[in-house]
Amino acid sequence: MLLRDEFSKNGDIRIGVYVCDCGTNIAGKVRVPEVVEYAGTLPHVVVAKEYKYMCSDPGQDMIRREIKEQKLNRLLVAACSPHVHEETFRNVAAQAGLNPFLFQMVNIRELVSWVTKDPDKATAKAKDMIRAAANRVLFHEELEPLKYHIKRNVVIVGGGIAGIHAALLLADSGEHVYLVERESSIGGHMAMFDKTFPTLDCAACILTPKMTMVKSHPNITIMSYSEVVEVNGFVGDFKVKVRKKPRYVDEENCVGCFECIDACVFKDARYPNEFDFGLGKRKPIYMPFPQAVPPVPVIDADTCIEFKTGKCPKECLKACGERAGIDFAQKEEIVELEVGSIIVATGFDSFDPKKMPQYGYGIYSNVYTSLEAERLFNASGPTAGELVLRDGSKPKSVGIIHCVGSRDENHNRWCSRVCCMYSMKLAHLVKERTNADVFNFYIDIRAAGKGYEEFYNRTMEEGVQYIRGKVAEVTDNAQTKDEEGKLVIRVEDTLLGMIRRIPVDMVILSVGLEPQHDALEVTKMFNISCSGGGWFMERHPKLAPVSTMSGGVFLAGACQAPKDIPDTVAQAGAAASEALALSHKGVIEVEPNTAFIDETLCSGCQVCVGLCPYSAISYDQEKKISILNQALCQGCGVCAGACPSGAAQQHLFNDSQLMAEIEGALAGVL
Amino acid sequence: MDYLYYPGCSIKESGIAYEESLTAIMDVLNTPLQELEDWNCCGATTCISVESDEAIALASRNLALAEKQSNSKGTVDLVTPCNACYLTLMRATHYLSERQDIAGKVLPALDKQGLHCDNRVRIRHPLDVLVNDVGVKAISDHVRRKLTGLKVACYYGCQMVRPYATFDDPHRPTSMDQVMKALGAQTIDWSLKTKCCGAALGSLLPDIVEQLCHDILREAEKRGAEVVVTGCPLCHFNLESNQSAIRKRHPDFKTIPVAYFSQIMGLGFDLPPKKLGIQRLFIPLPASLTAGAGKGGEYVTA
Repeated sequence: MLLRDEFSKNGDIRIGVYVCDCGTNIAGKVRVPEVVEYAGTLPHVVVAKEYKYMCSDPGQDMIRREIKEQKLNRLLVAACSPHVHEETFRNVAAQAGLNPFLFQMVNIRELVSWVTKDPDKATAKAKDMIRAAANRVLFHEELEPLKYHIKRNVVIVGGGIAGIHAALLLADSGEHVYLVERESSIGGHMAMFDKTFPTLDCAACILTPKMTMVKSHPNITIMSYSEVVEVNGFVGDFKVKVRKKPRYVDEENCVGCFECIDACVFKDARYPNEFDFGLGKRKPIYMPFPQAVPPVPVIDADTCIEFKTGKCPKECLKACGERAGIDFAQKEEIVELEVGSIIVATGFDSFDPKKMPQYGYGIYSNVYTSLEAERLFNASGPTAGELVLRDGSKPKSVGIIHCVGSRDENHNRWCSRVCCMYSMKLAHLVKERTNADVFNFYIDIRAAGKGYEEFYNRTMEEGVQYIRGKVAEVTDNAQTKDEEGKLVIRVEDTLLGMIRRIPVDMVILSVGLEPQHDALEVTKMFNISCSGGGWFMERHPKLAPVSTMSGGVFLAGACQAPKDIPDTVAQAGAAASEALALSHKGVIEVEPNTAFIDETLCSGCQVCVGLCPYSAISYDQEKKISILNQALCQGCGVCAGACPSGAAQQHLFNDSQLMAEIEGALAGVL
Repeated sequence: MDYLYYPGCSIKESGIAYEESLTAIMDVLNTPLQELEDWNCCGATTCISVESDEAIALASRNLALAEKQSNSKGTVDLVTPCNACYLTLMRATHYLSERQDIAGKVLPALDKQGLHCDNRVRIRHPLDVLVNDVGVKAISDHVRRKLTGLKVACYYGCQMVRPYATFDDPHRPTSMDQVMKALGAQTIDWSLKTKCCGAALGSLLPDIVEQLCHDILREAEKRGAEVVVTGCPLCHFNLESNQSAIRKRHPDFKTIPVAYFSQIMGLGFDLPPKKLGIQRLFIPLPASLTAGAGKGGEYVTA
C-alpha cells in the first residue's frame, strides 16, 4: 500500500495548488492550463488556479482569500526557485492564518521551463513535480521557526578600501568591528596607487585619513598580519578563529618612532620590498610604506640576521630600549572571535603577465606591469614619483597595452573593468611627468562611468595616441634604424587596416584582475560559492548583490567581481548596511530544519554521535540513548541518513515526507 | 627504448642531409631509428586546408602502421624530424582521441584496409628525444671535438612548438639551445626563435617568404651568429635558398650558413662531414667548423 493511501484514511487534508505563468517565463514553455486541470484531479486538492504573476499583490490576495474561503490546510505554489519567493508565499500563508511550514514551493521555472526545450516534456515534468509535492505536503506538520539572539560584533576580512569603508560605517553606528588583514598594513591595492581616475584625486590623500580613522576608532580592532583560519556557527552567532602571525614587534608597546629601522645593522636597504614589487628596497625590519597602519614595523624572519644566525648585535632592540617594542620571542597566536555577521572583502590578484611571454615581461627589463608603474608614479614609491627606465633615464616613448590576460580565451575571459580607465590615467601621468609619446593599444575602450568618457577625451586632447588592435608581440628585433635599442610593439591597427610596428622605450602591461590565488579555500571556510572564473557569488545578481547563500556572510569589493574604487565603496556601504540591518533586528528566525531523535526508537548504537560534524549529539549513559542539542544542530541531515532504526529524523525532511515525495514523483511509473 | 621513424617526403629529397646527419648521430648515441614500412605522405598543411576528414585519414594511416609494426603493447614512439609532419601527425592523434565525429569516419576507413588505430602512438620530435630521453649529459659525453666559441642561432620554426607545446615552451623554446650548449657552442639570445619562415607559401607568395626569412636571418647575423641552426627541412630550405633573392632586394644583406642541428652535432662528435651531408649545403659552413672535421682535428674558433 502506498503511503498516500494509508494517510488518506485519517485527517481531512485540503490542498490549494497555485501555478504561476511568470509572464512567459513559465507559460512560454509549460502549458499551464493543462497543468492546472491535472492538479485539480490529484487527491485532496480542492482548488487549483493559474495566475500571470503569482507573486504580485493580486496573486497573493487571491491565495490569502482562498485559504480562508476554502479552508485550505496545505498550500502549494508552482512558480520559481524557492531562493526567490519561498519567503513571499510563507508570509502569505502566515497572514491567512496557515502555519507557513504547511506550504511547499515547486520550482517549475529554473528546473523546468528554462531548461527544457520540448513543451510536451516541460508540461509533463511540471505535472510530475506538482504531483510529488502534493503527496509530500500530506505529511507536513506545523513548525515554529527557531529564534536566535544576534551578536552585534562584525568581522571584516580584508583591509583594503572595501573593508576600511565598511568598518568605519559599522563602527560609527556603534557596532564593534574586527578588521582582519593578512598583510602588515591595511590599505590594500589602493594604497599602492598615486592618482585615481577620473578625478585624479591623490589616492593617499583620500585613503590615508580613512586608515588613520580606522586606527583611532574605539569600535574597531585592527588585526593586521593575521588570517582567518576557521569559521564555525551560523548567522548571528559565528565563531571565527584568527591566526596572528608574529611580526616580532609588540603592537601595544611600539610608539611608531621607527628608530629601530634606522638602527638596523644593515645600513642600506637591500632586500626587495614586496609592496613595491621589488622595485624598491627595504631592510629586514621595515614599514612597507610610510603611511602604513598600524604604524608598527615588522621583522622579516627570512632576512633578519638574528633569525638566521642568532648572532646579530640586535641594534634595533638597543635603539628601542625601555619602550620594549622589539620581541624576538613573539609566537604565532590563535584568537577566537564571536560575531554576528561577516563581511568578506578579500579583494583581487592581478594577472601574471609571465603567462604571456609574447609581451616580454620578465624577458625585457623595460616591460612593466601597471601596478609596478603605479609604484613608480607614487610620490612615496621607490623613485619618489619619477617614471624612469631601469637605467635611470626618462622614457621618450611609452606603450600601454590594454587587456593583458583579460577578454582572452587562453587566459581570463572576463573584462576586468578597470584597465581601460587606469590605462588612461597612467597615460596622463606619463605625459605629465615625462612628456613622452604615449600609445595606448586597446581592443575596445570601455569608459562607462561618471566622468569617464570625458576623461578619455581629455587624455586624447593631451596627445595620448590610441591604436585599436590586440598587440601581437613585444620584441627587441629591430628592422629599421628607428627601432634599434627599442622595444617594438607589433600590432594590427584595425582602424588603419594594416600591421604596425611601434618602437618605444617602455612598455606598461595593463594586467587584468583575477580572484585571489587562495579564493577557493576562502569560499570553503566561509561556506560561500563561486561564480564563473572563481569570483565569489552573490545571493542574487540584481536583488541581493552583497548577500551570499550563507546567512550573515556578506561580500564587498573586488572579491565578488572586478570593480573600481567608486563601485567598491558603494558595495562596501551596502554590505555594512546589510550587516547593520541584521544586527538591529536583534533576533533572527532560522529555518526549523533541525534534527530530532525519537527516544522510543533509539537503540543507543551511537552511530550518529561520531558522525555529527557539529558535536550536537551526545550519548546519555543512564537512558542508553543519543541526545540531540537543538541549539547546536545545523540541519545537515547526516544523522537522519545514517540512523539504522529511523530514530534520528530531520524536520522538513523526515522519512515519510521524502518517501511520499518520491512515490509521488514516480507515480507515473510505479 | 625502440623508436619508429617517420621521415616524411621532404627529408627524402631536399632535406636528405637532415636524414643523413640524424641517422649518423643517433647511431653514435645508441638510439637507432627504425623506419616505418610503407609510410605515406602526412598531407602536410595543404591537405587539411582543403578537406579535413581525408587529411586526417591520410595521416592516421601512418599511426595505424606504427601500431602494427611496433613490438610495444603500450605506447609507440614515432619520431619525425620535420616540423610539418610533426604537427600533422600530432593533430591526427589529437582528433582521433578528442573528436568523435572525425574518428567515427577515419577509423572505419582504416578498418577496410585491415588497419587499426588505438591511440597508442606518441609523436616525438628528435629534439624531444635528445633532451628528454637521451639527455644532455649523454650528448656531451659523446663530444669528441668541442665547439667552444662557435656562435649559433637556434631557429625552431613555429610548428614544432605550436599549437601542441608538448616538450618545450611555445614562445621561448630551449631544447635546441641545450643540445648546442652540450657541444660547447654558444647560443645567441634572440626573440625570433619561433617566428614563421613562411613555410609552403614560398611557392605562392615568394615576396612574403623572402621578407620573413630576411627578418630572421638578419637578426641572427646582427646578434653575432655564425650559423643558423634548424630542426625542420622546410625551414632550412626557405632560410637557405632564399638568400640570393634577399640580397637582390637588400644589398647590405650578409649571407649566413644554415645547418641542421644534427649536422652541427655530427661535427661535434667528430664524424666525417660527408656522412653528415655537409657538402650538400648551398652556403658553406665557416671553414673553421669543417676544417679537420672527422679526422680528430680540434675545433679552433675563427
